[in-house]
Amino acid sequence: MMLSLAVLLIAGDTTVVSPAGPYRTIAAAVAATPAGGTVLVRSGRYREPLIVLNRAVTIHGEHGAIIDGEGQHALMVIRADEVTVQGLTFTATGGSFTEDRAALRAENAHHCRILDNRFEETFFAVYLAGTVACEVGGNRIAGTMGRVEAAMGNGVHSWSSREADIHDNIITGHRDGIYLEFNRLANVRNNRSEHNYRYGMHFMYSDSSHYTGNTFAANGGGVAVMYTKVVTMERNTFADNGGPTSYGLLLKEIADAQLIGNLFRRNTTGLLADGADRVIATGNRFEENGWGLRLLGSTSGGTISGNLFRRNSFDVAVNGAGTSTDFTGNWWESYHGWDLDRDGRGDVPHHPVRLFAMLVEHAQASLLLQRSLFVRLLDAAERVLPVLTPANVIDARPLMRAPKEGV
Amino acid sequence: MNTLAPLLRFSLREAFRGRWLIGVVCTLALTGELLIRFAGGGATTIVSLIDVVLILTPMLGLVAGTVQVHHARELTELLLAQPVSRRRLFTGLYLGNVIPLATAIVVGLVAPFLWHGLLFGEMGMRLAPLLLVAVGLTGISSALAFLVALRIDDRVRALGAALGLWLIAAVLWDGLILLLAVMIGQRPVEAPMLAVLALNPIDVGRVLLLLGSDGAALLGYTGAVVQHALGTEVGRAALVLALSLWLVLPLAAATRAFQRKSF
Repeated sequence: MMLSLAVLLIAGDTTVVSPAGPYRTIAAAVAATPAGGTVLVRSGRYREPLIVLNRAVTIHGEHGAIIDGEGQHALMVIRADEVTVQGLTFTATGGSFTEDRAALRAENAHHCRILDNRFEETFFAVYLAGTVACEVGGNRIAGTMGRVEAAMGNGVHSWSSREADIHDNIITGHRDGIYLEFNRLANVRNNRSEHNYRYGMHFMYSDSSHYTGNTFAANGGGVAVMYTKVVTMERNTFADNGGPTSYGLLLKEIADAQLIGNLFRRNTTGLLADGADRVIATGNRFEENGWGLRLLGSTSGGTISGNLFRRNSFDVAVNGAGTSTDFTGNWWESYHGWDLDRDGRGDVPHHPVRLFAMLVEHAQASLLLQRSLFVRLLDAAERVLPVLTPANVIDARPLMRAPKEGV
Repeated sequence: MNTLAPLLRFSLREAFRGRWLIGVVCTLALTGELLIRFAGGGATTIVSLIDVVLILTPMLGLVAGTVQVHHARELTELLLAQPVSRRRLFTGLYLGNVIPLATAIVVGLVAPFLWHGLLFGEMGMRLAPLLLVAVGLTGISSALAFLVALRIDDRVRALGAALGLWLIAAVLWDGLILLLAVMIGQRPVEAPMLAVLALNPIDVGRVLLLLGSDGAALLGYTGAVVQHALGTEVGRAALVLALSLWLVLPLAAATRAFQRKSF
């Protein structure tokens, strides 16, 4: 730590801000620093109007360097390329119904880096607007979980940006943990987004993006991916998103998505697909959800293979006549078949949709009969002689052994 | 003259002498043991045990109760010739049937958890409501059995009627409700459905246990359905009340039948 600071001090024009002076405000220090220079912020609490970064500077906060908005205003805005903001604590922006008040906003900037900061009691924490190749990493973002959705901002908000790289952040207590709208080529990885009011992540109109290795747990809903094309979702965890209408992952009006090696656990609905075309899902685990996978009528052309379904009340539910989604070679705990030719695939096909699941689709109140003996008898009868369950939702070659953990 | 104590003592001795109670203990203990071994002793074990309790305990109570009334017939007639309060006699007979049976069921359910060292702590907390419902259903089904056996003198017919009751409560009732739900369709019918469910003690026990267990996330949804209809705490209280009524009303009816019956 000392060494890196020493390097910083030698490296170029460094201006030091501290409560004792010579520069007592960050704004004054920035004004005195040429492009390419560094502002070192000593420990202390800084109360000053909006700090504008209009040249390529690096702001480096020591431990305990706090920028306090006293509940009144936004704190910092980046309006230049190649700006780095690191190690600061942003606190108390206060809420606003008239502006998207953000602790740290980047506007039309290229290659900004927002690293290892803390955001406490901020409305929006980080707000990227029209940025290119900005990096938001290693920040700890804790909002004040308000009671009203409208009185809360998002943790990391990225609007109309390209190549945003959002990684290793821990985000709690916001409306949406991460919000991406009109993004292209976004990369969201290794974040933890938990206990947010609405979604862990909200992904709209954002093409050619992928997110990997994130954990979305105990949010109002896990992740909503909507109106988007070409999204890759890999090795994420969607867990404990409960409640009558809640889900781990919602895919709505999207096309060409890939789901690889994700874990869906203890959600009311693990994966809910509504109007999702050509979704490819492999190596995912659906465990202990109410509904593992729920496909609404307009979903088509997908491939579901090599996934694991275990201890879900309903592994798969479809509404309407079914779907043209292709199920092949998944592992189902509820499979009752055998494998005489020992090729690792079951010899009789598996119908993953239970009759009771269909009845619940039709009349939700019948859920009260969950685990009733009568319902079991019905399911058993349906398994022997399928009448009502959709004939096209069928795994012709189910796996006999559970696929290994992860992919 | 206090006749309740000696009568109860006699019934208990009779019951515990019978080998079938050992059979009950062993069956339940073996089931629990297998479930713990295969399901790892987690929430899944409890959820599976719910099925066992909901199906088995009412059947045991109905069969044992009917058999008991007819079995104790001669003793009853003998005692009625004495200056004995009929109410006391009935209480003695009923408790002499329920206490051994409930003990056997509780012992059978608890034993495997005890020797796996799972009884204390989290699993114990999950097992407790299951035991309460098991004891409640034993009491309820025994009361119903007494009512049936006192009304129907023929042993075989009485036993048939008791099993018929079980078939209705355990299987057919849910079929009717399902039919109702599907016919009415998407309209919100949780409240009327809960009302109809409350007419069947096995269903009441099932919904109570489902609300308490978190074996699957879906149960959160069921919980939400009940909450929507009644509110959680109120809902739970209403279900417990329904279960209590199911104990009190048949018992009162059976007492009445016993008091009016000419043996």
